[in-house]
Formats: sequence, C-alpha cells, structure tokens
Amino acid sequence: MIGKIKLIDENGLRVDGRKPGELRPVKMEVGVLKNADGSAYVEQGNTRVLAAVYGPREIHPKHLTLPDRAILRTRYHMVPYSTDERKSPAPTRREIELSKVIREALESVIFVELYPRTTIDVFIEVIQADAGTRTAGLMAASLALADAGIPMRDLIAAVAVGKVNGTLVLDINQVEDEFGEADMPIAMMPNLGEIVLLQLNGVLTEEEFYEALKLAQKGIVQLYEIEKQALMRKYCLG
Amino acid sequence: MPILVQHRQIVLPGQLLAEGKDVEVKAQHTIYRVGDKYYSSVIGLADIQEGKKLSVIALEGFYFPKVDDIVIGMIVDTGLTSWTVDIRSPYLAILHASDVLNKPFNPLKDNLRRHLDIGDLVLSKISQFDRTRNPVLTVKGKGLGKITKGVIVEIVPSRVPRVIGRRGSMINMVKEETKCQITIGLNGRIWIIGPTPVHEEVAVLAIKKIERETHTSGLTDRVKMFIREELRKRGLTK
Repeated sequence: MIGKIKLIDENGLRVDGRKPGELRPVKMEVGVLKNADGSAYVEQGNTRVLAAVYGPREIHPKHLTLPDRAILRTRYHMVPYSTDERKSPAPTRREIELSKVIREALESVIFVELYPRTTIDVFIEVIQADAGTRTAGLMAASLALADAGIPMRDLIAAVAVGKVNGTLVLDINQVEDEFGEADMPIAMMPNLGEIVLLQLNGVLTEEEFYEALKLAQKGIVQLYEIEKQALMRKYCLG
Repeated sequence: MPILVQHRQIVLPGQLLAEGKDVEVKAQHTIYRVGDKYYSSVIGLADIQEGKKLSVIALEGFYFPKVDDIVIGMIVDTGLTSWTVDIRSPYLAILHASDVLNKPFNPLKDNLRRHLDIGDLVLSKISQFDRTRNPVLTVKGKGLGKITKGVIVEIVPSRVPRVIGRRGSMINMVKEETKCQITIGLNGRIWIIGPTPVHEEVAVLAIKKIERETHTSGLTDRVKMFIREELRKRGLTK
C-alpha cells in the first residue's frame, strides 16, 4: 500500500500545499507559565507543545545526587487528547525513549558541571500531535531553559526531514510521516554547528542522507531566528 | 573589531560576543569560551567597560551562593543544633545554633524554636560555601539577625544589580525619595522599613518597577518621577 498514496501532486506541492523545502507556520512564546522557573510554548502547524523548567534545585530522592554535576530529569509526555484516538496518560515505551533522547540532547547543551548536587527538571507536554513533536518539544525545552536563566551553550533548533514519493521534504506532518518512506528528525546548536540529536526511521541512500541533512539545516536556520525573536519579544514590551 | 556587541545590548545564549586575544573577560557563568571566541550562555545585557572589558549581566536566573554575600533567609526547619534556611538558591543553607546564641549551646536544656522558628526571616551573611557542601550562614556582624519589622519584597535575583545601580546610585535615590531604610539581600529578597506603611508601599512599587524594566535605559530618572508621583497621589508630598 505504501507509496500508492499520492503525497505530492503534479505541481510538486505537498498534501497541505507546501513546497518540499517549506516549513509549517511556526509560533513561539516564552514565559507562558507563572509557577515554573522557565517556560515556553511552540506551535508548528498543528503540533502544539508546552515546556516547563524547574531548577537547579535540591534533588529528591537524595540518592540520585551526583557530586560533580547537576542531573537532568526530562519527561516527554503526550496528553490524552493530543491524538485522534484517546491516548492513555501512562507513559508508553515511545515516550520513555523520547524522554531519554531529549534529555541526552539537552545534557550536551547545558553546563551541568556548574551546579553539582542539584537537579534540573524539564517537563514537555504535547498538547496536540501532528508529527515532529520531539523536535518541537526540544525547541520548547531549550527556550524554557533560557527563560529560566540556566547557562547553556546555545539554543536548540530542530526539524524533521522526510522522504515521500521519492522526494525529500522538510518538516513532515502526520500524513507524510505515516505514508512516507523515511523520517529523520535532526536537532542542532545552530551557532556552533553541532548536531545534538539525529534519528532516522526508514531508508535513505547515502546521497539522500546528506541532502536531507542540508535541507534540515536550511530549516533550522529559519527556526533559530524565530526562537531568538520569541526570546527578544519578552523584553520589548516591558 | 574584537567585541561584536554594543554596551547594554540584549544578548541570547549561544550569541558570539567577541573574538581575539585583546578582550578582557571577567570569569563568570554568563560567558564561555571556545578557542578565542567568547559566547554568551544566558539571556542578559552586554556590559562593556573602557572599550575592552566585557561581561554579561543575566536578566533571568536564580541566586548562586558566594562567600561574604548578604542574604535574607527564611527558616524552613529546625534541627538539634542548627537551622535549615531557604536562601532561594539551589542549595539549602545551614545556620548553627552556637552562631546565633553566642554562647555554648546545650540541646538538652534549650530548644532552638524559642530563638528562631519556621517562617522567621534572618538577615545573614554566607560564611562558608564550596561545591561539596551546602552554604553555612552567620548572623555575626553589624545589623545581621532576625527580622522583626518592615516588609520584604522578592524579585528575580539576577536583577538585584540593577536595583542597586552603579555604585548604589539607584538604591540611594529610592531610599532618599521614599525616606525608607532598605537592605538588599543578594538572593533577591529586599527588606524595607519606612516611617509609615504608605512609604513602604511606595518603595515596594518602585522596586517592582525597577525589576520589570531592568533592561531599559534612563531608568533612575523615571523611577524618581514615579516615586514622587506615587507619594503625591497618597497625599504625602505636595
């Protein structure tokens, strides 16, 4: 069945009318929650994600303490109404795995060695899912960390590249993810040019891989600008 | 040009600040170095002195303890021979009984709650702190000890330097205009004693205004006008 569904029309446009190298409309906001030390909201097309950061603070339970650095605890979670069929609120295998990869990406960005014996807690809630939730979640988390004033090497900008009907497309949505041939989320520290997360689901040839990487970088540069604007906006109204 | 940002410009995490060897950078958490490039690690204001001394003043963030800092702590627990004190930092502080009582202390005969109870506020100084142990406080010193009158305002700790101003210009102006005694805890708790509760109220409003408008320029004059206006509204001056 896969491949028979037409995801790109005669004019080269995708199911939602975008060109292959085009991002979905993006909206970002910083400091949306009052009780968290830092927070952010990211919207990419129909994907909506909220992130909250607490810390650095004392660790409970105490035995998790590390003497030379802060620990990072990350929860990626999808709310029951985020998908078209109710999702059980209990963490699934997928959510536990995504929490881990997101945590590892964030650990490479934060200066954890500055705050020994403490914890930094990051909560990412997916409110509405339409593919690309881990990349949107990572961006929301990095904005929330910056909002909390936690020293970090750079902001994280992230986007997924997919292959549908043999064409590489940027920032895939749910339909393209389900019926396409490949899905490759990439997260970077754009200013330093370092990749902090890269996963690939499906098959790409070597040439396609490098081309996809280039396409993702193009999107990441745009997203990075939007992130910076979102942070600046907080100080322009005051 | 070695320094790539303007004085008082808002900088973001990952932003390149300066390049080259002839830049003087104060060692701090808000700037990090890769090779001979300096980057900001937080949202902050760039501060350039004498055209070459570069630093970043964080706009968001928590209080990180430093020996000799004056802080206002809140008692959260009493032990047999010491109190546990919240100083709004990633670590809880310790205040020893012998330090407060100034005489040998016998836990069998005396109960610590009779001296300082949970919820009490103490103006104190950090006497010891390193990365391996929690900070230790002392109340030995002029004016230090339990706070029994006045009001406390809490602000974001990273904005305390702005409330003080250059060589105390801002805080001295607020003291003079509102006729209040003001003591600043570097952890973002500010203690105000005024001739009347109305004077205290105006001082609180002024400090909140400074906190809100930290990143703007010409703030001292605006706050001065603001205090005079508020005092007039309350019928304290003509």
